[in-house]
Amino acid sequence: MSVDKETVAKIANLARIEVSEDELESTVGELNNILDWVEQLSEVDTDGVEAMTSVVDASLPRREDKVTDGGYRDQVLKNAPQSEHGFFAVPKVIE
Amino acid sequence: MTKLYPGATGDWEAVIGLEIHAQVISEAKLFSSSATTFGAEPNTQVSFVCSAQPGMLPVINEECVRQAVRTGLAMGCEINLRSIFDRKNYFYADLPQGYQISQFKDPIVGEGEIAIELSDGSTKIIGVERLHLEQDAGKSMHDQHPTMTYVDLNRSGVALMEIVSKPDMSTPEEAAEYFKKIRSLVRYARTCDGNMDQGSMRADVNVSVRRPGEELGTRTETKNVNSIRYVMQVVESEIRRQIDLIEDGGTVDQETRLFEVATGTTRTMRSKEEAHDYRYFPDPDLLPLEFSQEFVDELAAEMPELADAKKERFIADLHITPYNASVLVAEKENADYFETLLAVTVDKTGKPVSELGKLVSNWITSDLFGALKKLGKTISENPVSVENAAELLNLQVEGTISGRIAKEVFENMLESGKSPETIVDEKGLKQVSDTGAIEAMIDEILSVNADKVEEYRGGKDKLYGFFVGQVMKQTGGKANPQVVNQLLKPKLDG
Repeated sequence: MSVDKETVAKIANLARIEVSEDELESTVGELNNILDWVEQLSEVDTDGVEAMTSVVDASLPRREDKVTDGGYRDQVLKNAPQSEHGFFAVPKVIE
Repeated sequence: MTKLYPGATGDWEAVIGLEIHAQVISEAKLFSSSATTFGAEPNTQVSFVCSAQPGMLPVINEECVRQAVRTGLAMGCEINLRSIFDRKNYFYADLPQGYQISQFKDPIVGEGEIAIELSDGSTKIIGVERLHLEQDAGKSMHDQHPTMTYVDLNRSGVALMEIVSKPDMSTPEEAAEYFKKIRSLVRYARTCDGNMDQGSMRADVNVSVRRPGEELGTRTETKNVNSIRYVMQVVESEIRRQIDLIEDGGTVDQETRLFEVATGTTRTMRSKEEAHDYRYFPDPDLLPLEFSQEFVDELAAEMPELADAKKERFIADLHITPYNASVLVAEKENADYFETLLAVTVDKTGKPVSELGKLVSNWITSDLFGALKKLGKTISENPVSVENAAELLNLQVEGTISGRIAKEVFENMLESGKSPETIVDEKGLKQVSDTGAIEAMIDEILSVNADKVEEYRGGKDKLYGFFVGQVMKQTGGKANPQVVNQLLKPKLDG
């Protein structure tokens, strides 16, 4: 598997990461190196082997249905570049 | 038979599928411990988890898992003992994580079937493809400031069940009945409040058209439709629009559309070419969700009675007409009210439910619903207490008042808020069952109307009603009709 310039530009856009035209070429190379490296895994025969989801034998931890969090709006909004009337205020999003 | 839609160049049929988003009833959110209450001050029900602060990890709320399983059981679906959470990636101001935790390839609930009843009396089976658990997003408000969008994250992370149908519907009515059925199921199962005004239930409506028997056409998806009537309008207008478009030589674009309430039609959303490129992948923060068959069985054993079963029981055990039973179970509040009132009436009268079911159901579906409709109120705003309603029915069962007088008393109860006994006493409405008094009255009426008695005896049977009417008139409607009949008939017949 490998990616071309167009694909990298598209992924960058989807991830909202700005990649300049100059950087694009080298990023294609870097990404393809990583993909090649990961691709080596496909040389292993995994037929009939169940996918491993965790290196430790653990099950998904669960929470009781109790309200024990929230209620600290000031802290939640503290790092927001802008907030007004208790809302996050962001540049207008037009549908 | 699939309904056909005539076009200029021949007949068409429609293929409709619904994705229903139903907000889970739970105290806390799906992956965080902040509250889910509707209508709180903005951003007061937000934790560091649901505002996606760096380093926070999701921990699943076990009640949300139970609710999803209960809903799956209510729909008769397969329950998957192992399911996987995936990230659905997209950027929007009210999605602080930059992705929604959802389930893609391995949902918690698999296939099932729902039976819907149509107005022509037929039943149609609609397939359910799956139900998966996912997080809701926050809320954006675009109209509060000229240049800013305000974001409230109270809803961010609240658990949603997305229920996906198979494309088995072909008319607006079928889509509406399916939506109603799902709403009824989740409300009876107490897994979603079904409150569409508050956005607790909304549907994405998929519509395509094709020539009968041919391959599926290209579909459009109209998002966030939040009423049953709107679902019908979307289906109706999309079918028409697509047929016209194709017949004029155009092609349907696979796109997301928005419903416009004002016109009852849909319009295209600003098309985003990569809008559907969600790059799903398993959420590395969450292990697979696994539970045992015993866990499912326990939930199944505790399931409340659902609408269809309730209806059957009402008909079989309470001798209620199928029509009344359907009306009562259509909304859970009505069924609950009926059962409460029936129980209190049983207490008061000492009669068995099988004898009272019909009386109570008739009273609710005609008298009470009629009155509420006039007042523009719902059953939860009913001005008459269960206690007073049961007493009114008791007075009728005892024979203290007739059915006709009961209606009069009820109207008075609505106006004055007084108890039925008080009204009956104050207005002297007690039914006259004193045979002596009624007999004397009948004798007088017969002698005054001797000519009519002759006509009756000469074969004019219809006059019987006239004599009953006279007795009722003299007693102000208070004569016990049964007693009147018992006495009048032999006297008239001579």
